[in-house]
Amino acid sequence: MSSLSAHLPALQVVLPLLSAPFAVLLRHGGFAFGIVTAGAWAAFACAIGLWLQTGEAGIISYHIGSWPPPWGIEYRVDRLASFVLLLVSGTAAIVLPYSRASIEHEIPRELHYLYYAMFGLCLAGLLGITITGDAFNVFVFLEISSLSTYVLIALGRDRRALAASYRYLIMGTIGATFFVIGIGFLYLMTGTLNIVDLGERLRTVEDSRPVLAALAFITVGVSLKLALFPLHQWLPNAYTYAPSAVTAFLAATATKVSVYVLIRFWFSVFGETLIFEKLPLPQILLLLSLAAMFAASFIAIFQDNLKRLFAYSSVGQIGYITLGMSFDSVNGLGAAILHLFNHGITKAAIFLLIGGVVLGLAKNSAVPNSRGVPAGAVPPAPTFDRLAGLAKRMPLTCFGIVLAGLSLIGVPGTAGFVSKWYLILAAMEAGQFWIVAAILLSSLLAIAYVWRFVEVAYFKPAPEGTTKQEAPLGLLIPAWLLVIGTIWFGLDTSFTVGTATEAALQLVKAGR
Amino acid sequence: MTSLHPALILIAGALLLPFLRGNARNIAVLSAPTFALIALWLLPEGKLWQVQWLDYQLAPLAVDKLSRLFATIFLLMAAVGGLFALRQTSKLEVPAAFLYAGSAVGVALAGDLVTVFLFWEFMAVGSTLVLWSAGTPGAFAASKRYVAVHLAGGVILFAGIAGQIAATGEASFHAMKADSIATWLILIGFLINAGAPPLSAWLPDAYPEASWSGTVFLSAFTTKTAVYVLLRGFPGAEILIWVGIFMIFYGIVYALLENDMRRILAYSIVNQVGFMVTGIGIGTEMALNGAAAHAFSHIIYKALLLMSAGAVLAATNRRKCSELGGLFHSMPITTICGTIGALAISSFPLTSGFVSKSMVTQAAIDGHLQAVWLFLAAASAGVFLHAGIKFPWFVFFQKDSGLRPADPPASLRWAMIFFAFLCIALGVYPEPLYALLPYEVNYVPYTAAHIITQLQLLLFSGLAFFVMLDYLKRTPTITLDVDWLWRVAGPEAAKTFRLALTETRAGLAEIIEARRLAIADFLTRHRRPEGLLMRSWPTGSMALWVMVLLLANLAFFYLR
Repeated sequence: MSSLSAHLPALQVVLPLLSAPFAVLLRHGGFAFGIVTAGAWAAFACAIGLWLQTGEAGIISYHIGSWPPPWGIEYRVDRLASFVLLLVSGTAAIVLPYSRASIEHEIPRELHYLYYAMFGLCLAGLLGITITGDAFNVFVFLEISSLSTYVLIALGRDRRALAASYRYLIMGTIGATFFVIGIGFLYLMTGTLNIVDLGERLRTVEDSRPVLAALAFITVGVSLKLALFPLHQWLPNAYTYAPSAVTAFLAATATKVSVYVLIRFWFSVFGETLIFEKLPLPQILLLLSLAAMFAASFIAIFQDNLKRLFAYSSVGQIGYITLGMSFDSVNGLGAAILHLFNHGITKAAIFLLIGGVVLGLAKNSAVPNSRGVPAGAVPPAPTFDRLAGLAKRMPLTCFGIVLAGLSLIGVPGTAGFVSKWYLILAAMEAGQFWIVAAILLSSLLAIAYVWRFVEVAYFKPAPEGTTKQEAPLGLLIPAWLLVIGTIWFGLDTSFTVGTATEAALQLVKAGR
Repeated sequence: MTSLHPALILIAGALLLPFLRGNARNIAVLSAPTFALIALWLLPEGKLWQVQWLDYQLAPLAVDKLSRLFATIFLLMAAVGGLFALRQTSKLEVPAAFLYAGSAVGVALAGDLVTVFLFWEFMAVGSTLVLWSAGTPGAFAASKRYVAVHLAGGVILFAGIAGQIAATGEASFHAMKADSIATWLILIGFLINAGAPPLSAWLPDAYPEASWSGTVFLSAFTTKTAVYVLLRGFPGAEILIWVGIFMIFYGIVYALLENDMRRILAYSIVNQVGFMVTGIGIGTEMALNGAAAHAFSHIIYKALLLMSAGAVLAATNRRKCSELGGLFHSMPITTICGTIGALAISSFPLTSGFVSKSMVTQAAIDGHLQAVWLFLAAASAGVFLHAGIKFPWFVFFQKDSGLRPADPPASLRWAMIFFAFLCIALGVYPEPLYALLPYEVNYVPYTAAHIITQLQLLLFSGLAFFVMLDYLKRTPTITLDVDWLWRVAGPEAAKTFRLALTETRAGLAEIIEARRLAIADFLTRHRRPEGLLMRSWPTGSMALWVMVLLLANLAFFYLR
């Protein structure tokens, strides 16, 4: 077993990566489901193992093919990486079982095996980005995850899904191109691609124009992928029209992994001195974050489609994460990392529950045909006029959305509160009281958009003849696991706060 | 952690109630606050519960004389309010009220700011539910405005608490000075709940919309927990004197203008809390004692007044003074109890109001605050005018409205009689109340000078009332207050907004031209499918933004 545990970093990526081609070879929805789910669970187990190992041994460096870095490719797991690995693989392990029942109504049955294959690829890509210690490798995995994401989004039955996916493809490609241009500049200046090595060699040339250009390209490219306001415009449609399970998975992981990449490049490659002392980057990020917190949350209030509402809320919440990054302090970065995790599980819970709502609407609107897909080509969108009195029909689903919504607002006792608390502490530490006010005021906007759901679901009279029609257990159980998670991590913060603080300590210290 | 937390007992009772029916429910309603009261008095003093949360030491259960005093009156109020509401048909109201009362007790027993905030928010939720359970459209609308004010207050308080904890590194709740942004925010958060200006209007806007029993609960807890936290957190903050005096006169003026009997009483809550806030601002031991004692007796007589108003409302379904009158013929017990409450609020000798309020005025004299004393004395006369005479006169006596409702059922009667008894008992024999106060009491209420001064005030203002009766007769009007801004102006603007949003483009242009609301204009243009808020961005413009950002970054980096 000891040899196995030494190879966990490789297994972490290889297992889900292998599950994808198998799923395609088998060409059968059921088998594909089994093998990809097994891959995701194995990845989750690996992530737990790595988390334990980094807790004891600190940073793990794994040399692929035993070629030592900086020549060979290195997989490098620090506290932050292991935390993100846990989030990504854990979300996948919960969303995949959910998919089984959920995609029945959203994706034609003959495409199911492709869905699972793409899911496996996407997961492998995201895990790869997180774990690799090689800058070019990051780009490769970024492309793997992005390409599979485009397919996953396009699988949505609404025809606008295709357009949304196409838009995302264009924007994602621009982002990836920018990223690789930046890597090219860095390689040009240092002759290395290993992240640690890059970090060391950049010290001597960090003021040169190519390096600054690299920083600009990488920052903007990654900001696009993480949907930093105003580069978020691909996100609302992609989240709205993708199949429910895909939305949940992407909302919890894709943007979060991009945030991880930005943290990695800022703190491990370019270094805090350059970013925070020499350049006005923190000010730019601060302004964009505030814009996201207010503008995106404000736009969310006016949405009529529930999925779109929470998609905009995601853009707003990402603002809190980047706000935390802009402080350059252990508390600030810790809050960012913490919110990355807490918001991930909260949003995943919400989108999984909305998946149940969508399913209920689809069942009500049409009789399934022999292919298991409703005859009406497009499942009805979860717009507010269709959700009147929803709490009567789906009490558990609605209650779950409300609980997770409380976490979005940041009510004490939920995960969202804990991260906002640290964010506020960081702002005070920096002596910026007006930012504290901004954080709290923007929370009021979150109250407004969550309230819109509460009002429609609980206070609008249900249409005549409404009977109780709760989502199937296959959807409810995974979703509620995450809802319980949002409450749990609001009360017992030892795991989340502990890991996030350790991660921030490693980074903030390492960069100086 | 071995001791029971009285607040949690009451909240547990609240959670249990929805599952009970009939007699079991009645017993539970009465026993939950009683048990909590017993548990409270079995607690020793000190920080009994200690919890580690994040990096801070919290004390969710801490008892001293002041907190025991407030917890006692809150629990007493919950018990008698529960008795009064036994016949309430809404199944939500009493559980919500117990959650509300339990949270108020929780605030009173909280030894740290985080616990204060937690129970503070629970209180907002509980009281909103009490309002809702009235079930009328008016109550629903009022509850939305109410909860908005309280959430905003909660946010302000939270910002302050976070700042205070960050500044001091610990979370315990003790006396503070309003000398930093954080403590100012805490003070503002507290004052919003106390009904202080400029947001006083939330109180008379919301409370009269609750059911006949709901208002009784509402009157007791929110403002008085605010008094408690001010007593503990900001004793002697001078600004509170003037805030309090403003509240006193605000309450009197609007109560005199008002026609709705429960709105009169709601305004008089602001007025009475003003006395307490002034006392806290004076800050001497006598004044603080007075504020605490006045909170204690105020809860009792204000609940008594609102119970009699609630009994009238339940029996007649009318709430305007101009539609009531002559009820003493058929409701003698309600009339007597209501009148006792009215005497107590006017600080008539031999009632609880006399022994508590006179401490505050005495403290003003002792502190040589002539102006303050003058204001307080004038206000005492004003209180007698609006609550002491006006309420009972127009509701129970005055012209005969021809209504002949019977006295209310036993549960309501006994609740009123018990509180009426307390009003008199505390007035005649104040020593038990004085023994509960946080500081030692060296005050004798019944001296010839006190009694004569007070009687003179009361008699002359009584005379004034009847001389000017014609001017005071209420016509069925409504009075404008600051809450117009969010009751009418806000929703009107929002309505315009919404209307415009759904109109067609052509209709839009007209409306915009007619109203010229710049904001509405902006949002209307952008909520249509292709508007700024709703549109899916074309890839071209997205790419443009990418370029803008890239160039901005490069420019900043190169030109730094």
